[in-house]
This record gives sequence, C-alpha cells and structure tokens, in this order.
Amino acid sequence: MVSIEIDGKKIQARDGALVIEAADDAGVYIPRFCYHKKLSIAANCRMCLIEVEKAAKPLPACATPVTDGMVIFTKSPKAIDAQKGVMEFLLINHPLDCPICDQGGECELQDIAMGYGSDVSKFTEKKRVVKDKNLGPLIATDMTRCIHCTRCVRFGAEVAGVRELGATGRGEHTEIGTYITSNVSSEMSGNVIDLCPVGALTSKPFRFSARAWELVERDTIAPHDCIGSNLKVHVCNGREVVRVVPRENEAINETWISDRDRFSYEALYSDDRLKTPMLKENGAWREVDWETALQAVIVGINKTITDSGADRVGALAAPTSTLEELYLMQKLMRQMGVNNIDHRLRQLDFSDQQQAPVFPWLGQPINNLENNNAVLLIGSNVRKDQPIAAHRLRKAGVRGSKIMTLNAVDYDFYMPIMAKIITSPMDYKHQLAGIAKALLAQTKQPAPNGFEKLVSKVKITASHQAIASALVEGSVSSVLLGPQAINHPEASTLRMLAQLITLLSQSQLGYLSEAGNSVGAWMAGMLPHRVAGGKDADKTGLNALEMLHKGLRAYVLLGVEPEIESAESVIASRALNDADFVVSLTSFSSEAMRQYADVMLPIAPFAETSATFINAEGQWQSVAGVVPPLGETRPAWKVLRVLGNLFGCSGFDYITSDDVLTEVKQLTKDCQTDNTVVWCCPAPITTNSNADILVRIAEVQMYAGDSLQRRAQALQNTHDADFAAIRINKACAKKFGLKDGVKATAAQNGTEITLPVVVDDNVSDNSVLIHCGLRDSAALSTDFTPISIRPV
Amino acid sequence: MKIITDYFKSLVLIELLKGLMLTGKYLFKKNVTVQYPEEKTPISPRFRGLHALRRYPNGEERCIACKLCEAVCPALAITIESEQREDGSRRTKRYDIDLTKCIFCGYCEESCPVDSIVETHIFEYHGEERSDLYMTKDKLLAVGDRYEKDIAANRAADAKFR
Repeated sequence: MVSIEIDGKKIQARDGALVIEAADDAGVYIPRFCYHKKLSIAANCRMCLIEVEKAAKPLPACATPVTDGMVIFTKSPKAIDAQKGVMEFLLINHPLDCPICDQGGECELQDIAMGYGSDVSKFTEKKRVVKDKNLGPLIATDMTRCIHCTRCVRFGAEVAGVRELGATGRGEHTEIGTYITSNVSSEMSGNVIDLCPVGALTSKPFRFSARAWELVERDTIAPHDCIGSNLKVHVCNGREVVRVVPRENEAINETWISDRDRFSYEALYSDDRLKTPMLKENGAWREVDWETALQAVIVGINKTITDSGADRVGALAAPTSTLEELYLMQKLMRQMGVNNIDHRLRQLDFSDQQQAPVFPWLGQPINNLENNNAVLLIGSNVRKDQPIAAHRLRKAGVRGSKIMTLNAVDYDFYMPIMAKIITSPMDYKHQLAGIAKALLAQTKQPAPNGFEKLVSKVKITASHQAIASALVEGSVSSVLLGPQAINHPEASTLRMLAQLITLLSQSQLGYLSEAGNSVGAWMAGMLPHRVAGGKDADKTGLNALEMLHKGLRAYVLLGVEPEIESAESVIASRALNDADFVVSLTSFSSEAMRQYADVMLPIAPFAETSATFINAEGQWQSVAGVVPPLGETRPAWKVLRVLGNLFGCSGFDYITSDDVLTEVKQLTKDCQTDNTVVWCCPAPITTNSNADILVRIAEVQMYAGDSLQRRAQALQNTHDADFAAIRINKACAKKFGLKDGVKATAAQNGTEITLPVVVDDNVSDNSVLIHCGLRDSAALSTDFTPISIRPV
Repeated sequence: MKIITDYFKSLVLIELLKGLMLTGKYLFKKNVTVQYPEEKTPISPRFRGLHALRRYPNGEERCIACKLCEAVCPALAITIESEQREDGSRRTKRYDIDLTKCIFCGYCEESCPVDSIVETHIFEYHGEERSDLYMTKDKLLAVGDRYEKDIAANRAADAKFR
C-alpha cells in the first residue's frame, strides 16, 4: 500500500494501482471515456487528465500508476482546463443529435459535456460524417457519433475473444467498423451496447422505443443457461419490459451478459403469447375464464386416474421453470399418487439415476473456473451453451491454462486449446477410457474393480497422454461434462469414466447443465425417483423417456413443448396426440400444442413472476416479478397452489411464493454438494466396432433452448440461429454423394427428413450434425443415434 | 384644527368633485373598450394558446419523438409513444395533449429542439365534451397545417428576441 493525496484527501492505495482506480475507490470521480475497469488501458480519449504535483504536464489518470506520496488534483484549474480542452476536441465532430439519440439521457458524453463542455463551438469547418455499418440484428449503429474510445474493439479482442470490430484509418479518418463487411456474431456482442459511452452502438430491438428517463430499473435473473446471470430489466410505464442490461455480480457474470439473456425479453410480447385460459371442446378452441379451465383440468385428470390409474398420468416440466413451480408441481403430482415426474426431457440414459448426486452441479464456484490450470471439456460447446462460463475459461486459457476438449464437432472456442479430440459421439467412451488408462499408467494408482478388463482393448494415444498429464500437473483442474455428454445415450458410462479421471488426476468433476434451473429441478424433486432434498421417493415412477415411449393417458406439462424439447421428438409428439387428456401450463401456445393439448393455462414467464433459480454453482437467487403478468396470465406457482386446493391436496395453503421457498429450503437444508458417485464398472468397452456407423450429433441450436429464446425475434435473426441443415464433413459428404447446398434425406428409426446439406469440416468423421430444438428438424426421431443419409 | 378643515371639505363636496374630475377627463380620452367579438385586442407573438404540431415546407412532420416536451410538462398533459418509422427515422406513433390538464406554461414550446410543438395565438376554441379537448397527433397536425402562416409569422416576429 502506498499513501497518496487526492484533492486534499489522504488515502491508501494498492501498490501499482492506477490513479483512476484509487480515485474510484476513494469516491473521487474523474471523467473518462476509454477507461473501463474490465478492459485493458488504452489512454486514448485523454478525458481523465489530472494534475500531479511536480509533473510538468497533466497526466492521464487511467495510465498513471500511483507512487508513494503522490499529490493529485483532479479539480485544480490546470486539470479542469486540460479536461475542457479535451472535451472541446471530442465535441468537434460529435453531431448535435441528442434528441433523436437512444443514448440521450444516459450518455456519458452528454453528462460530461454538461460539466466540461463549452456553450459555443469555435469549430466552424465541416463536421465529419461516417457511414453507418450493419452489425447484424442486435446492434444498431450511428457511427458519426463515435468518439473512438475503442472500448468495443478491446471488448472483442479481450473478452469475446474475437476481433470483429476494429479501427481503420488514422486521425480524422479513423473509423470503427468490421474489417470485412460482415455482421458481429459473438454470442456476447450485446455488451458493446453498454460499453459504448456515446450513442454510436445501441440496441436494435430497443431502438427509439423509450427514453432513459421513462424507464424504471428492476432486478431479475436470467433463466436460460445454467449460469444465472444477474440482470436489470428496464420497464416502461410500469408494465412493459423494453430492455435488459447486466447487473454487476463479480462472482457470477462480472459486468457481462450473453446476447441470449439480453434479448430474450422480446418473446414476452410475441404473437404466440397465451393471454387467456383456453379450452378445447369438440376439437375447437375457446377462450374461457380461469374457473372453467381449472375445473376442466380437475375433471380431466380425475377421470384419467379413476379410469386408468395414477400411474397412467405423467408430468413433464421445463428445467427453466422456477424452483417454486417445480416443487409445487411434483408435490401436487405425488399427492395425487402420480410418480411419473421428470424434467430431463433431452436425456437418453437414465440407468445410473439412483447413484446420481443429489444435484449434478459445476463442482466449483463459477468464478473459480478461471483459476483452473487444466480443464477437460466433454461434449460441450461451452461458448454457445454458457457464454459466461466460456469467458471464465477463456481467461484461464489466455493465462496459459491448458484447455482440452473431447467433442464431436471442432468448435471454435476463441481461446487457446491445448489438446482436442474430435470424434464421433459413439467414440467418446473409448477416448475417456484411453485418458483414464493413461492416467493409471502415469499415476501408478491401483485400477478400480473391473477396470482392467474394461479397457483391455483400448489403445492409449498421444492425445490421451497429453490430456492425462495436463490434468495431473494442474494444481487446480476440472473435468466438465457438457449437455452433449449429459444427454448422450451412454451418459452413465461417460459419467463413470469422467469421474474415474477426476479421481485419478485429483481434479473436480463438474456438470455444465443445459438450463437455468436444472440444479433447482433436482433439488425440488422434479424427478421420478427422488423427492425434494434428494431423498429417495417411496415409489419410482417413469422417467421422461419412458413416459413418452409407454404412451400415458394424461400428461401435465409445465412450460415445455416436448414435441421439440424432447430427445425423441417424434415419439413425444405421438404420445401427446394419443393421450386422452393433456393440460399445458404454458406462456406460449403453438400450432402443435393446439393439436395435442386439451386445456392451456397461461402462466407468467420470467420477469412476470417471482422466482428462485439455482445456478450451476448451487447459488440460490430469488427475485420478485418485475412487471405485472400480461392479460389473464397468472404466476404458475399460484395456479399450482389453486390446483392443489381444488384437487383436495393438503399443504397447499401458501400465501406468497416465499412460503413455498421456505418450505423447499427446509427440505433441502441437508443437501450435500458432492458430484462423486460410487464406482460401478460400466459394461466392457469393445474396440471401436461401430466406427463406420453414421451417428447424429444433436446439439441444441444456440437460440432454440427454451420457449422464450425460440420466440425472441432478434435472436432468431442472428447467425447463431442457423437454419436446420444436415452438416457433414467433406469426406463423409463425398462418401454419401452429398453436395453443399443441395438437399438430402436423413432417415433414423423409421423417420425421415429432407434438409439442405452444409459441408462443414469441423464435424467429425462418421457423424452428422443436425441441430435439435428446431421445428424443422423435429420430424427426425432420436438424438445421438445411428442415422442414414442419402441424396434426394 | 383638523376637525374644522374636514368639515369644510365635506361642506363644499371637494372629494366628490375630485372624483368627477377624473371621470370627466376620460370623457375626452380615446376609447379603450373593445367590442369583442367584432373587435379584438392585439396579441403578442409570444401568446400561448392552442397547441399545434408543425411540418417542414416539404410536408414532413417536424416532431422527432425526443420526448423533451413530455418530460418538461409540469401538468403531465403530454403523452408520447415513439417508434422507428419504415424509413428508419425516429417518429411518434402517438402524440397526445390533454388540454384539460394543460396549464399553458409554454415549456413544451421552449423545450422543442425542432420547433415542432408550438402554442398558437388561438384561444377561441371549445369542446362540447371532455374528449374534444383531448388533442391527438392528427388534430394537432391539422391545427399546424391550418395556421402555419400565422405561426411562422409569429415566430419570425419574435426571433430577434430569442
């Protein structure tokens, strides 16, 4: 620590801290444009000039480290004079269009111009005009307003990991833009909107819809990915969400959020939004009041239970639902004797569910990801699935940590990757077994029971050795299972091998689960075999896959569209259409839902209901609703509470959602946060006999994960919301006679689909990537199973 | 002594004569009474009467939906909703002034960066029901179109003092 003096105030500052940091800590404001605490120092705007005793000229506070005994004046005549001079230069070319600028009212330049700007400009020459760039559907540009602080450029290079924006030209001719004409496609690109101190980069969906002073800022949590980013929602007129910006939380999302979290609010006002309860009578839909709709649910479910028994009823919930909703749903179902309860719609392998941890979690706090020295990612496109986690990992990777991947597609992670194994999904287990075998050889630890036999035919490759030694050498290391590993048809084997690897290398096993409240769903007991708190259920019901395969008589859906969200979309669709009674608690209706459902109850989506989400690190985050529910919509916890009363169940006398939360907290207070499971030897791994079988990689398309994202128009217009296609590498395309851009037919388990072919050499051999979560690809039967392709 | 002078003053009706003299003076002065509505008093170019939304000579509406008038209005009489028009420009989709709330302070006119919302010299208007006094964007633009010449003349007359 060094002692310095700022404006006559004696303070202690960290050794090596910059003057601007010390001043911020001391609560002394120094005007700035280019400085941002999360970005590198550029010192190019010169707004933060300050006077330092014994220094001949004013110094930039953002690039001057503190020294012991430094005496700083931020408001002395010399400092103010310097700042006013800089302001005059900055305003030379800045247009006076604040009245039509979306940044007006919240603009750093506007604010500082009020303090340091002059009333009259001495500049009489022509102002510079810069052509606007098209940066895609998310970011609107007015490049004449740019003051070249380069925050957006540094964000791309340092945080997003991809230099999409850059400064070209010099002096008067400097322009910020894309190097070659293209969109900005980073999954975190929306952050440049917040970073831009002027109105050069603004939000496109928000464009011109409100002024900053009309908005009220309220806190909420993002429900989409398992990170649970903290958000601030901007509400207009007390009822409409018009914008979402990040809420700073150093432990979770720092100052960033992903585009998914930022723009998904658009779905709240989509045409699909269900605003009144709907009832199907003689095949025709009719708007009804809540009482009629709820009565129809009671009659329908009770009839099914009397006619076919409670084991012919099933409940499916989306893992993006709130903790309260999930808890009440399973409580209601269990009280009625229904044990077929699940939220794992995309999962294919349930064989180890009894041994599974109480809740599969990240195994470490989110901010610890950046402290890892070695990370092995299995079946994860982390940059698209959990952009914030990818950013943390990127920080580690840039620092020199060894990031390794085992994937079916050679994803570009925008970070240094030490080793990667790109192989067909069916080959994952061989690769993991190889790594485990290499670890055993390296660490000379005894092999667990049955392992020798298991891997006797597996060969150790150089990659296995490299990954194994990196994991062992790393003092903090992790093995992370992504959604493609969790939802793999041999997930239990992968889990077991991954755990063996972590035990041998003394690293952390973590799950990058797919949805915002996956951990919460486990905690709340939204599972066929466990009740809230992870205790075994009295009777184990059917899991999601069995429920759809067996074709139950009645289904209760909570926020799900199983016809696209299930691993077996075709079977899900058939089961729902064949059922006698389907009630859907949903925020959105769709054509398919109107086909299979009998009652649709409109429930409040995120931002309209009080909610608790448990993110991947096990952090409980509770928020209140920020806007009143639209139309006749009601929060789902209230709907479930009333249904509980109407069904005559006990313990449904909650007054607030906090009562529900308190009950869940009570039940889960003893939950252990431990991912380890008892070793139980998987079935022997044979040699790669199915090497020639073509397998479908069913990655969930980036913006198709949940019903909100699918209806956010701006997100759907981005590059990441790719059209459904058959993606295959060049060699395989040649083998099957496929051509880029020409349609082909994919067949799987008796289902067929015709889609255009995209030749993509990032896809591994013997596999074909057909994104799931899309209506266009829902006609194809199963995720991650053999598939055949032929030209049309 | 005072009692005596007061007595004399009242005896010769001096106060009455003083009053009559003032009245008598006005008999010979120029008449100031205006026969409204046949005759009208002159009004200042700054007069704050009925509101109007103006257009540019090419017919384009001036208002850019900056909402400064809405923000400054002390009576909360203005309601604006903005949107991006098809050509990409910022425009209002709703611009309402509730004249029953308006206090005719003229702040809206002062705050307007494009001289769009103005208060005209019109004060003779009425409504037969409350909704008649709720001025929508169309009504305001119609007023502007009708009186554009007068509005422009008034603003030109006042320009040198601004």
